[in-house]
Amino acid sequence: MSNNNASFVRTEMLGSQEPPTSERGAIKWVRENLFSSALNSILTLLGVAAIYLIISGSLPWFLHGVWNASSMGECRQIVADNYGEGASGACWAMIHERWHQYMFGFYPRELYWRPVTAFALMIVSLAPVLYYNNRRTDTVMTGVVSVLLMLALWGVNTPGSVFAAVFLLFAVIVAVARVAPKYLVWVTILFPAVGFLLLWGGSVWSPVGAMAGFVLIGITYSLTKDRLGVPVGTGVGVIIASIWWLFIQSHVTGPLASAMNLGFEKVDSDQFGGFLLAFVIGVTAISASLPVGILLALGRRSDMPLIKALSVGFIEFIRGVPLITMLFTASLLLQYFLPPQTKFDLILRVIILVTVFSAAYIAEVIRGGLAALPKGQYEAADALGLDYWQAQRLIIMPQALKISIPGIVSSFIGLFKDTTLVALVGLADPLQGITKIVRADINWKGIYWEPYIFVGLIFFVVCFSMSRYSMYLENKLKRDHR
Amino acid sequence: MAIAATTPKETFRLSMLIYDTRYRSYTIQFVVLVLFVAFLAWLLNNTIINLAAKDKDINFSFLFQRAGYDLDQQLIPYTNDSTHGRALFVGLLNTLIVAVFGCFFATIIGVVAGVLRLSHNWVVSRLMTVYVETFRNIPLLLWIILAFVILSETAPSPRDFKVTDEMVAAGTEPAAHMILWDTVAITNRGTNIPMPYVDHHIGTLNFLDVPFNLTVAVALLIVLAGGYVNRIINRRAQVIQETTGVRPTTWWQSILVLFGPLVVYLWAMGLHWDLPVLGGFNFAGGINVAHSFTALLIAISLYTGAFIAEAVRGGILAISRGQTEAAFALGVRPGRTMQLVILPQALRVIIPPLISQYLNLTKNTTLGMAISYLDLKGTLGGITLNQTGRELECMLLMMAIYLTLSLIISSMMNVYNTAMKLKER
Repeated sequence: MSNNNASFVRTEMLGSQEPPTSERGAIKWVRENLFSSALNSILTLLGVAAIYLIISGSLPWFLHGVWNASSMGECRQIVADNYGEGASGACWAMIHERWHQYMFGFYPRELYWRPVTAFALMIVSLAPVLYYNNRRTDTVMTGVVSVLLMLALWGVNTPGSVFAAVFLLFAVIVAVARVAPKYLVWVTILFPAVGFLLLWGGSVWSPVGAMAGFVLIGITYSLTKDRLGVPVGTGVGVIIASIWWLFIQSHVTGPLASAMNLGFEKVDSDQFGGFLLAFVIGVTAISASLPVGILLALGRRSDMPLIKALSVGFIEFIRGVPLITMLFTASLLLQYFLPPQTKFDLILRVIILVTVFSAAYIAEVIRGGLAALPKGQYEAADALGLDYWQAQRLIIMPQALKISIPGIVSSFIGLFKDTTLVALVGLADPLQGITKIVRADINWKGIYWEPYIFVGLIFFVVCFSMSRYSMYLENKLKRDHR
Repeated sequence: MAIAATTPKETFRLSMLIYDTRYRSYTIQFVVLVLFVAFLAWLLNNTIINLAAKDKDINFSFLFQRAGYDLDQQLIPYTNDSTHGRALFVGLLNTLIVAVFGCFFATIIGVVAGVLRLSHNWVVSRLMTVYVETFRNIPLLLWIILAFVILSETAPSPRDFKVTDEMVAAGTEPAAHMILWDTVAITNRGTNIPMPYVDHHIGTLNFLDVPFNLTVAVALLIVLAGGYVNRIINRRAQVIQETTGVRPTTWWQSILVLFGPLVVYLWAMGLHWDLPVLGGFNFAGGINVAHSFTALLIAISLYTGAFIAEAVRGGILAISRGQTEAAFALGVRPGRTMQLVILPQALRVIIPPLISQYLNLTKNTTLGMAISYLDLKGTLGGITLNQTGRELECMLLMMAIYLTLSLIISSMMNVYNTAMKLKER
């Protein structure tokens, strides 16, 4: 058969057929993800039912929310007028009315600009830590913070001269972030003193004196490091600084203060409250607990038996007792352990104990990171002739800290959540202290969902962004290709 | 051959204490020791001076004095005539009961949520993500207070349960109902649940003024014995399976051994339930569970459950995908893969964080003081401390007790870890 055009031989390929309807698009997705088996179908239905129950129960309540009222009764009246008798509605008016109290506690009303500015400066000082030398991010961050700060200052009725001064300061900061983001680090370094001054007020000279002590440590360290080694050099620096703090500082700053009385109006610790208090305790304790935690972790892995024993004992003791007992130690027992007539600010005591508490947990996390490093890293550092502190700084810590980022950040989150416990020793935290005051007010009697949702939401936003940032950091620092 | 005849003579110079790495560690440790001892001495000295100034001493005899306050939840007999020491013990038991129930419920919630969060079911896994993230990022104290406030402010008062003659005549329903087939009543004064009673009581044994219910003890013994026999049955089945390749059916034997004797025993003892009944202005009968206990338990279980869910999820994810794929290649079904391949390996990863969550839960029970749950912190560290004014003794004792609890739990973890460690080479 030479005739080759047999009709049943196809010469060109057919285009591929569409998959059947059950195997594509939304139907496929639903089949695979929601109804792949009997158990899965039941779970899906249960899940949808749960979502429906939650939404149908709470959505009307949210939608009927009242923002302007002066008491619970008025709220109920407005809801009943608008949506009929028996309708439920949230009374957000309480938050509207008590906003300042939730934010600042009993801080003097005319001085609100100080914590607001301190908060803005804190975010600016975080910028170089979180995104070092990243011109775009730093500029955007400082710019946004400045604009928000101006709005907030306007909102709390700041006097014009203060407004102008803060405006100038932030204009300079944004310019620095735009031109040379590296120098933003100076904001970070100076922030502890500036923040303290803004929040508590008082003479300029005491924070300056305290900073001078740290400068002394730095100078002594850099002069003696090469001859005495890192630990001894630091020790000598600390001794000199302690002498300055304990014996000399007051004799220098006292006359300076009387000669040149610069400073702000003083605000007492018991006027702090609300989220201001939570942030003051949280931020200070977080930034202080990381270095202490690193030192404890190194101590626990040290070759020196005494150092190791002390670190282990300290860490295990702190981890074995609940934070509340530590807080009560701060409020009840420190008066026994300190010299008589020592006056010690309650917030400061709480900050110290929260720091110590969280440092013990961070030490354990970092110890895990150190243990996860292959032995070869230590041996390579030794082979290069690095001494202990060089090896730690250049080889060990960068890797160990990278491994422990998730754990460290979840310790931070735990710490920030634990700031609510200070209410139990009599400080006015937002969750219990302020909410108790609000609920005791005759106008707001019987309110319970709204304050807790509000406070919970703010905590959620802060903690959730911390955990997201840790994921971003983990991804950014990831060096292996898995 | 030229051998260096004289090695440089080692002479000890004082500067070697700082510069020579062989001696430097001793120097540092010595300095640290001196500083530490000085610090302790300073603390001790301050304490002695302060105690003298306040005209106090360190004395634990207050533990044997009359407490004079009432507790609303007591697992052992306690009146306000009992001693402070007994109040401490009641508080400790209250701490432990919340901790034990909390660990139990948190484990169930956590394992379910952790496994479901990994499910391919889109709705369920998202729902579990929302649950975990919500509870992990909001302080526990908020959940405790919220649960308490909702229970005590939205629950109906006992008189809402009342059915009067007019209501029957008019055919209207009372404002509130008991739930679970009329056995549990949730009121604003607490939750009333049924209480088990037996007709033929074996008796109680008093040991150090603490009564032990022998009926319950015998029931526990029977359960333990049943568990032991069940283990023997399973082991025999295992042996038979290994020799013949066929596993004998044992599930009915297991059920019979585990539950049979207990049911017979309870029937013989005449078990019946004392149901809560509305009488007068409140419910009588049954057990009245205070809202502080319920709220603390609910909040702490849900909160810790979220953390346990993360531990479970992390443990399952830590098992390499190759294990699942290998099991599938052998033709093992997904459920059995989970049960026989993934979980046994994942448990090794899950257990350590799980135990540390138990530890956290136990320590977090102290937050119950925000809703006046009278646990160890509430009795010893609260009322007793305020009444006797012995801060130092109470706080030290309380820290010691919590420290002991933590050490017990973490030493159990260490035993488990050593037993489960991968045996390599």
